[in-house]
Amino acid sequence: MAGGVPVARLAPPLTLLILLGPLTFGLAGTALPAFGFLPDLGGNHLTIAPFAELAAVPGIWRSAWLSVVIGLVTTLVALGAVAGFVASDLGTTGFARMRRMISPLLSVPHAAAAFGLAFLIAPSGLLMRLVSPWLTGLERPPDLLIVNDPMALTMMAGLIVKEIPFLFLVTLAALPQTRHAETMQLGRSLGYGRMATFAFLLWPPLYRQIRLAVFAVVAYATSVVDVALILGPHLPPTLPVRLIDWMNDPDLTARFLASAGALLQLAVTAAALVAWVGLERIGGWLVRLTRDRGLRLRRDWPVRLASRAVMLASVAVVFGGLAVLALWSVSGLWQFPDALPSAVSLRSWMQALPRLAAPLATTLAVAGLSTAIALVLTILCLEREYETGRGSGRGALLLIYLPLIVPQISFMFGLQVLSIRLGLHASFAALVLTHLVFVLPYVFLSLSDPWRAHDRRHDLIAAGLGMSRTRALIAIRLPMLTRAILTAAAVGFSVSVGQYLPTVLIGAGRLTTVTTEAVALAAGGNRRVIGVYAFLQAILPFFAFAIATAVPGLLFRNRRGLRV
Amino acid sequence: MDGVTDNQGLVLDGVQIRLGARELVALNARIGRGETLTVMGPSGSGKSTLLACLGGFLDPVFSASGSVVVDGVEITALPAEKRRAGLLFQDPLLFPHLSVADNIAIALPEDIRGRGQRRALALEALADVDLAEFGDRDPDTLSGGQKARVALQRVLASRPRLLLLDEPFSKLDAHLREQTRQMVFDRARRAGLPVVLVTHDEDDARAAGGAVHRVGQP
Repeated sequence: MAGGVPVARLAPPLTLLILLGPLTFGLAGTALPAFGFLPDLGGNHLTIAPFAELAAVPGIWRSAWLSVVIGLVTTLVALGAVAGFVASDLGTTGFARMRRMISPLLSVPHAAAAFGLAFLIAPSGLLMRLVSPWLTGLERPPDLLIVNDPMALTMMAGLIVKEIPFLFLVTLAALPQTRHAETMQLGRSLGYGRMATFAFLLWPPLYRQIRLAVFAVVAYATSVVDVALILGPHLPPTLPVRLIDWMNDPDLTARFLASAGALLQLAVTAAALVAWVGLERIGGWLVRLTRDRGLRLRRDWPVRLASRAVMLASVAVVFGGLAVLALWSVSGLWQFPDALPSAVSLRSWMQALPRLAAPLATTLAVAGLSTAIALVLTILCLEREYETGRGSGRGALLLIYLPLIVPQISFMFGLQVLSIRLGLHASFAALVLTHLVFVLPYVFLSLSDPWRAHDRRHDLIAAGLGMSRTRALIAIRLPMLTRAILTAAAVGFSVSVGQYLPTVLIGAGRLTTVTTEAVALAAGGNRRVIGVYAFLQAILPFFAFAIATAVPGLLFRNRRGLRV
Repeated sequence: MDGVTDNQGLVLDGVQIRLGARELVALNARIGRGETLTVMGPSGSGKSTLLACLGGFLDPVFSASGSVVVDGVEITALPAEKRRAGLLFQDPLLFPHLSVADNIAIALPEDIRGRGQRRALALEALADVDLAEFGDRDPDTLSGGQKARVALQRVLASRPRLLLLDEPFSKLDAHLREQTRQMVFDRARRAGLPVVLVTHDEDDARAAGGAVHRVGQP
């Protein structure tokens, strides 16, 4: 099409560069030191010595194995609960209620959710207080290792409650592309129970659409750092936590070891993904086996009950956790068996605020800027797609997901090395750019569906009225898509606020955000201060979503056609 | 009426569907085996709601009363999966991830055991509508008429007690519509199934040949 938006043709290549450039250079920058090459530290020749050193680290295989298990179990439980709940309740009023309850949970950063969980279930946590001493007879917290347990059960629970909202919303986004209402009716009229109908008829096409998002969950859970620091085991910690320790080692030669470890992390995540594909095969085979026998499986209530329970529990844990965080942040004296603090005070906030100002400013600036850039690029890419009429196929979707599937830590190490060499280390620009690598995919995924679903006839009418493409975009399409654009912005903002690892590595302690400060408090265990930081971390994205909801309502208060 | 003995066929006794205070459908009917009741009305009149009610899918915003009895079995309170009420929609709605034969095999009752036997019966059902060679095909590669035939064989393979048709011919072009209509009514008659047809096409009602009930009109 002639006369498109002038700069739009530059957007797709630029977007690809931002998605793949850091990934490629980062991986290279990790791989070279892993093989002993890092001239700044005297590594001038290739060697496999760092790997030999890595293999000799005590407990390294246990750490690696633990990461694989965490990735698989987390994904299996979260996906199982989501699929089970959709199967069991699709189309009911309970389903609509769950949808409204769970959407805000997506914006809660992982670290805040993890702290909330810890504050609930720790031996001196709220749940134990609620049943003490009247039920347990305890006057002191029991000596149990619940948080940081060696089997990482608590860590998996913390990941599951946060991955459930993600997978649920991804599934909800894919549902309209299936004929789900009729398919469910048809299956049940053939005598199949709800679960069987869903598993045999709806799940196969649905899963194909959400598969990359599921891969992202597997990869994330195998390589997560912040949740592991807060909830994960200590002896030995999971692989990513050990990598961070080596990376922060004052002895700089530990970088070789860290880089070799980062490549091991890449292999661990790849192994988990291969294992997941194996599980997919086994699951598919079981479904076919049952389906081919025509089993109706009508007595499915235990499974329905279980998936509902897990869904409700995850909502309760995140909301309950946030409430406890808030309570601790304003608590005065709060001794063990008491269910509520004996005094309420703003002292923790007053003390924290002066120190919070700088991290808060950095958080807002980085999130705001990276989101703005991501939005502009996404809109121009989608406009370009509209003008050329060429949709981005499966390949493009994979490229967008790639930064979410390759473990952050494996290429962030290399990027850090690179940024030091380029003199960009701890610079604001480098921080924004690294956040952009993760913000951009989410903004794109969030905006592309409503953009493509937008009625093209409005654009044709605009052209018919003599508007240029640029004018039609600004005067017609963008205003009509205000709600979707602001939602995508809120998603991008909350992704940026939640970033821990890129901020720690690129900000290098000189540029800190609310998230890095909060996670750094994990080891200290001062609940009042953690309460302040984690609660603040959780409400920033929440405000972003509140604005995204309120502004269109205000702008279009006299436009019935643009209401939800 | 032939085929109707005391408890054969479908009996709708005082079936009434309401949305709040508004009555959408009120109906008494006796539909013998192989006979068709045609329900006509403009869109939004609640005629599809009647089918949802009979199939067991009524949205909880509606309230229904009365009783539905098929061949002497009261199905009013049964969940959808125990009613054996066969459905045909506007679209054939073949399951896109299954082969054409598997689309039919999945409908066969549970008591037909063994993969081999289920597949054989599915292929037989396909041959019955001149689609013998199509068993392993992707349903998406079939023509509109072929899809409609597979959908019909699928619902019959499930051995339903009754058939619920939701404007099943409205999306077919004129020539195909005539042919498909004939085939559906023929086979329902042969299988001795009571049929409830919802449509806004007078030709459908004529072809069905049974009683006509009109809803949503002053």
